[in-house]
Amino acid sequence: MADSEVKLSVADAAGLTEVGLEQWLHMYEQMARIRAFEEQVNQLYLSAKMPGLAHLYIGQEAVAVGVCEALTRNDYITSTHRGHGHCIAKGASTDRMFAELLGRAAGYCRGKGGSMHIADQETGNLGANAIVGGSAGIATGAAFTSKRLGEGRVAVCFFGEGALGQGLLYEVMNMASLWKLPVLYVCENNLYNEYTRYEETTAGTLGGRAQAFNMHAERVNGQDIRQVYTAANRLVGRARGGNGPAFLQCDTYRFMGHHVGDIDRTYYRTKDEERTWREERDPLPLLKTWLLGQGQADQSMIDQIEREIRDEIAAAVQFALDAPYPDAHEVTQHVYA
Amino acid sequence: MPELVQEVAPRELTMAQAINEALAEEMRRDPSVFIIGEDVAEAGTPFKVLKGLVEEFGPERVIDSPISEAGITGLGVGAAMTGLRPVVDLMFGDFVTLAMDQMVNQAAKIHYMSGGKLKAPMVIRTTLGATRRSAAQHSQSLHAWFSHVPGLKVALPATPYDAKGLLKTAIRDDNPVVFFEDKLMYQKKGPVPAEEYTLPFGVADVKREGSDITLVATSSMVYVALEAAELLARDGLSAEVVDLRTTFPLDKETLIESAKKTGRALVIDEGYERYGVTAELASVIAEGAFYHLDAPVKRMGAMDVPIPFSPVLEDLTVATSAGVAAAAKALCGRA
Repeated sequence: MADSEVKLSVADAAGLTEVGLEQWLHMYEQMARIRAFEEQVNQLYLSAKMPGLAHLYIGQEAVAVGVCEALTRNDYITSTHRGHGHCIAKGASTDRMFAELLGRAAGYCRGKGGSMHIADQETGNLGANAIVGGSAGIATGAAFTSKRLGEGRVAVCFFGEGALGQGLLYEVMNMASLWKLPVLYVCENNLYNEYTRYEETTAGTLGGRAQAFNMHAERVNGQDIRQVYTAANRLVGRARGGNGPAFLQCDTYRFMGHHVGDIDRTYYRTKDEERTWREERDPLPLLKTWLLGQGQADQSMIDQIEREIRDEIAAAVQFALDAPYPDAHEVTQHVYA
Repeated sequence: MPELVQEVAPRELTMAQAINEALAEEMRRDPSVFIIGEDVAEAGTPFKVLKGLVEEFGPERVIDSPISEAGITGLGVGAAMTGLRPVVDLMFGDFVTLAMDQMVNQAAKIHYMSGGKLKAPMVIRTTLGATRRSAAQHSQSLHAWFSHVPGLKVALPATPYDAKGLLKTAIRDDNPVVFFEDKLMYQKKGPVPAEEYTLPFGVADVKREGSDITLVATSSMVYVALEAAELLARDGLSAEVVDLRTTFPLDKETLIESAKKTGRALVIDEGYERYGVTAELASVIAEGAFYHLDAPVKRMGAMDVPIPFSPVLEDLTVATSAGVAAAAKALCGRA
């Protein structure tokens, strides 16, 4: 970590006074929704009901939810191949998301995008992207529009640490810094570029890349949603206020494989490592324990959220399984606007 | 007193002036249009095509960018998706390689991938054409690549009139349009009316009517074809010259009808011949006019070599009017 990089500690994180109980519970609910959605996606894969593959977000929920909680519906995000979490966190509904993953006409993209291309313009999601780092231009362009038109919108570009190998990211970060664009580059360091440990592919520090462009950089524990939200809220406000872009490094971990089919992972990481993250750094229990410790939430509130999510996900996946496929004539629709 | 009707000579503009005028008119009409690229502002590009635009529209709308082709194209895609209409300037056609992912995987596909919910209305202006002694990385004509990709449109005007009308259409189009200008044509003059007009995409223009053979040409090769038609006329052969104006959408009907009428077709384009635009056009004609053809469709693209620097070598790589006339005569059995 570069000396000038700001690292947020738990002590700096917002507590119950700055952020009310209701909002913390909402964040817990969103994380639980992502977790349940992704577990169901895995089931769909294992039971051969889903075409293709999917890249699960399990373990990283605090990043998407903590950042999106700092945004309004009008703000923009761009997402990645591991994008279900961002999509839900920005406000998409799980039934139409399942429908998209199953290639049904009721999906957000009429089944034409699938897991890696979900977009929902109504919630400002400009799309998941199957090219690593490929959406950096889109997020920066959205911020450019916002500034040009004086809209006050902020764009968040989510990407994994693997995208640090892509030149496009540096080209647009340079322009964002030069032109003080309201964009937040959120780097989710889940430690692995697919099956390769990031230290093997990444020289120098992550935040140092932003500093080279004179861009404000911060680093948080991405498993602790209090830290993520606190930093994101400040950086989003900063961008909205005309003070330019920022880079937020979130240290996190992908609990599952690179994709649903990546079952045997011992050749690139140990089971001990996985166990440590799951048992000690799971963002859901971390928030729950803290909330209960504050004495304002009780277990019944958490139980109720989880029960409602279970029911919602069961209904949502059934909706998708029952939804019709697109009609054949749609294959040539939407090639041109 | 009888009204005096004065014959006014048609207004003439260079290709560069026509393009400049199209941009200025569209920027006046629509505040969401902006230009971004390397040296587009005070310098007005190395070709001076954008001269004066930054003075009228300011540096917020005529933006000098870093030398980042992928970055400015990507920024353009995002700006287009969120309500602006960018005109991205990629100085030399050879530089499109640097922006390929943003053009092919992002701009071209976002409308389809989103089930029609998002769109990227943007223009990517770039150049084509060899024989400028600029060697292998500043001379290629790569329009075939984009004509190949669903979701993109490709325009390549040959006259100042066409350039202005097609560029205005490109800016108003809701899709990404790749707009190819021939570097050597910028100073070529032609009539351009002062009145507002646009030209539709997918409508080829018969630049010269004829009855013995159809010469289908694009961009720089339209002049080669017109000169060849003059040479052929001296030999008593009547050549029809069809200028495609857009490779996609493609006006198949005009191509096929012209080939049916003349019975012979020669297709000329400055892109590499191998797997190029000429191959597509020849197959369209062969499929659509086969029973009317008196000879196989012949194609002439750029030689399949990297463009060499030495003038004596470079000039060999592109079709010439003499070469086209000779090939046409052979097709007409007059070799």
